Amino acid sequence: MNSIGLKRSDYVGLKSTLCTGCGHDSVTNHIISAYFESGVSPYRVAKMSGIGCSSKTPAYFMNSAHGFNSIHGRMAPISTGAFLANHELQLIGISGDGDTGSIGLGSFCHLLRRNVPMVYIVENNGVYGLTKGQFSATADQGSSLKSGEINPFTSIDLCSLAIDMGCSFVARSFSGDAKQLVPLIKAAIQHRGTAFIDVISPCIAFANHEGSTKSYQAVREHLKALQELGVISPRSEVQVDYGEGETHEVELPDGSVLWLKKLNSQEHELNNPSLSQKVLREAREQGQIITGLFHYDPKAKPLNETLGLIKKPLAQLNEEDFRLKKLPQLFR
Amino acid sequence: MIAFPTVKSDLKSDFINNFVLHVATVNGSGSQSANQILLKSLFHMGLRVGGKNLFPSNIAGLATWFTIRLHPKGYTGRRAEQDILVAMNPATLAADLKGLKTGGFLLYNSEIKIDPQLIRRDVFCHKVPFRDLVESLSSSVKLKKLLVNMVYVGILSELLHIPKACSQKALSDQFSGKESVIETNLAAFMAGADYAREHLSGLPAEEFPYRAEKIPLPTSGSETSSAAIDPEASLLMDGNAASAIGAVAGGCSFASWYPITPSSSLMEGFTSWAEQLRDHSQGKTYAVIQAEDEIAALCMVIGAGWVGARAMTATSGPGLSLMAEAAGLAYYAEIPAVVFNVQRAGPSTGLPTRTLQGDILAAAFLSHGDTRHVLLFPGDIEECFEFARISFDLAERLQTLVIVLSDLDLGMNLHLGQKFPYPTQPFDRGKIVGLEDLEKMPEFARYRDVDGDGICHRSLPLTEHPKAAYFTRGTGHDEKSGYSEDPEVFRRNLERLKRKFDTAKELVPKALRQSLSHRPQSAEAKSSSVALIAYGSSAEAMHEVLDSLVAQGLDCDYLRLRAYPFGQEVEEFLTEHNERETPLFVIEQNRDAQMLSLLKEAFPRLACRSRSILQFDGLPLEAQAVAKEIQLCLEVQP
Repeated sequence: MNSIGLKRSDYVGLKSTLCTGCGHDSVTNHIISAYFESGVSPYRVAKMSGIGCSSKTPAYFMNSAHGFNSIHGRMAPISTGAFLANHELQLIGISGDGDTGSIGLGSFCHLLRRNVPMVYIVENNGVYGLTKGQFSATADQGSSLKSGEINPFTSIDLCSLAIDMGCSFVARSFSGDAKQLVPLIKAAIQHRGTAFIDVISPCIAFANHEGSTKSYQAVREHLKALQELGVISPRSEVQVDYGEGETHEVELPDGSVLWLKKLNSQEHELNNPSLSQKVLREAREQGQIITGLFHYDPKAKPLNETLGLIKKPLAQLNEEDFRLKKLPQLFR
Repeated sequence: MIAFPTVKSDLKSDFINNFVLHVATVNGSGSQSANQILLKSLFHMGLRVGGKNLFPSNIAGLATWFTIRLHPKGYTGRRAEQDILVAMNPATLAADLKGLKTGGFLLYNSEIKIDPQLIRRDVFCHKVPFRDLVESLSSSVKLKKLLVNMVYVGILSELLHIPKACSQKALSDQFSGKESVIETNLAAFMAGADYAREHLSGLPAEEFPYRAEKIPLPTSGSETSSAAIDPEASLLMDGNAASAIGAVAGGCSFASWYPITPSSSLMEGFTSWAEQLRDHSQGKTYAVIQAEDEIAALCMVIGAGWVGARAMTATSGPGLSLMAEAAGLAYYAEIPAVVFNVQRAGPSTGLPTRTLQGDILAAAFLSHGDTRHVLLFPGDIEECFEFARISFDLAERLQTLVIVLSDLDLGMNLHLGQKFPYPTQPFDRGKIVGLEDLEKMPEFARYRDVDGDGICHRSLPLTEHPKAAYFTRGTGHDEKSGYSEDPEVFRRNLERLKRKFDTAKELVPKALRQSLSHRPQSAEAKSSSVALIAYGSSAEAMHEVLDSLVAQGLDCDYLRLRAYPFGQEVEEFLTEHNERETPLFVIEQNRDAQMLSLLKEAFPRLACRSRSILQFDGLPLEAQAVAKEIQLCLEVQP
């Protein structure tokens, strides 16, 4: 039982129809854990997605939450409208590298600029799975397809892009790293702004071969975590033993605490975009996949506040709330 | 000295409230305010005045025209031939002069170096030293340029006998609150009026016979149309503003848009009218997002509509094309959404600042697959208000996309209408199920046709009930919204959507029918009949078309379409005229007879006799041209 009296099984969804061994299924599991452990009521959640393998996954968790599997590349604007219609909704969006990095890239950038409160996860495998294995825009230059075709184009680093767009929460993780990803999602749930997590999630069918830089093996070999992290609930009495190393604590909006422990000599601050970009760039240059929380700005204004919206959700306003002034120059 | 022909009628009354005044200027020169002041001063006199602004897709420096029309019967539509021309733009003078009718009056800027060859001998002309007249009014060169426009307004107001109080009211309304601007402009106006008194008051009646005159309001029940209006009960407003106010009245709380001519003023109007009309002491009751493109604009609307906000976007042709995929999602996932499409001249970028009814088919079938949308065709500003208001009821009742098709002529030009009825009707939120409904229901299935009208029950996100959730999708789905590739399930769902579209026929605004009968001079003379169908902004010119045809001895039966899908009344109209073999004309502002195509698809046997009258030059419909073409058609093939 969690803090609102629900069991973990209350957070599951339909049986996955993805390939056995797909990284996305692991991410689904971590989402279930994070929402269960955070004590979020599924009734208050809306699960959003675009089109692609990743976009199918909202069907596989939180059955009792409303969901919207929309159209390719449009998860961002649909979520923007959904959030503004009811700012009490807790949105989680699952997209892919094609959905967000190519067809929906423009809208992704603009969602970040607006700071739409939602958990925005990209399940990133560098490949179009549902159309059987074409390169996506996050595939590394020089990496190859199963057929041997080499990618001649530079790749888009979604985390770098997100930081440039002013995203207030930017992280990267690996589908196989529950220890890191679950706390990241839990912190993302608490964030009042767009919480972007780029999750490297290998495609077992089309990008798990030698030459792919996002295969299970390649990821394990090149993974480098910036921090170890965890979330301590305000209700928890558990004392965390951080162990050796420099640690840093951040209070989250619900009073819980996000703790981060530096794992290597890399200097890092959570609200320093230039430094974050440097860390990301250097890792890229060294062929590493760096993970962790890169950027966090808890003071960024959520969109409803930027717009000065009424507290009552727009979807619940009625004739009385909309009653017009009877201007004599307009009305009989 | 130019020789004046003496070809004028001496019937002074023919020229009372009966003229077309055409002003040719350069855009960005401030002429827009001046022209509106002239137009509004006629409105304040209680006259049914029409104004058409013909402007370029440009910010400053290109030719622009403004036409003001008065007619004793209150016609406000476009008439190509002009009586009075104010020529301020040397670049277009030669072409502008061609539109002036024989015996017309030309007022031009003395600074225009005019080729004497150009001046027509069959018009009266007078040059005005505009620069001298504004010289003493300001030391700013820029301001003097703007004030020149108020000088011609002063001259024309004096010549037309517009009461000073009416001009003054129009002027202070135009620059409301800016006292020094009012003062300077009034001085320029007076300079023009004084000039006219000094130099033009002695003009013989045949040279300038035009007058604006206050006339009594027609008695109630009177059938004759009149130029008189009660300005206290009337509005002079553009259709975009009227639509914006309708959306505010209709409870729209979410709007997303991408700027595009000629729809931008609708969205800007929504923001400013919502600000003025709603109580925002607790915070804003509406969110407006300027989106990254039209795809995002409609997607945001769909997201908001899904969660339960009344949401809209406004666009024009190119934007509508971009919205196609999302439009199909709204149709198939059954999400309420409203799109205002203010049509401009396409294809492609086309003429962004000219009007056309060119998106009828694109809107009706926007998106791939068997997609169809409910369309509304407002014909005047009162309907812009009303249809905008009810579009949200229809979208929620039918759980679908509703496209309101206006156009640049209706949307951006000022039109006359009655003040709006203050809205008191409750919203129709359609079949939304809440906690109590769900409690009573044995099962909730989002796409099950429980009532047989094709419309299913809908729950909103954040309904905290175990039965409430469903997984919305644009993919094939069964009654419970589960993914399904089952052929039977897919076919049945499409059939239900068709059933829902049939239900829409009963809910949308009915087409309006008007019969005008020719009264034969003698008992023997038997008049023949003609049936006419038109829609949208054509309504303005249709009054004149009907009168003109009746005057030619025809009985007219006129049907104005106001929505798609077509209701029973459209079928009846077609059936009746089919049986009576009445010549039937469909009047449209496009090349391909798009509405007739829809009619033929809906009523294959009934509509096939129809003939098309099509104007598609980007200018507002001209009644005389329509009437002439109909007569010509009837001569060739009665």
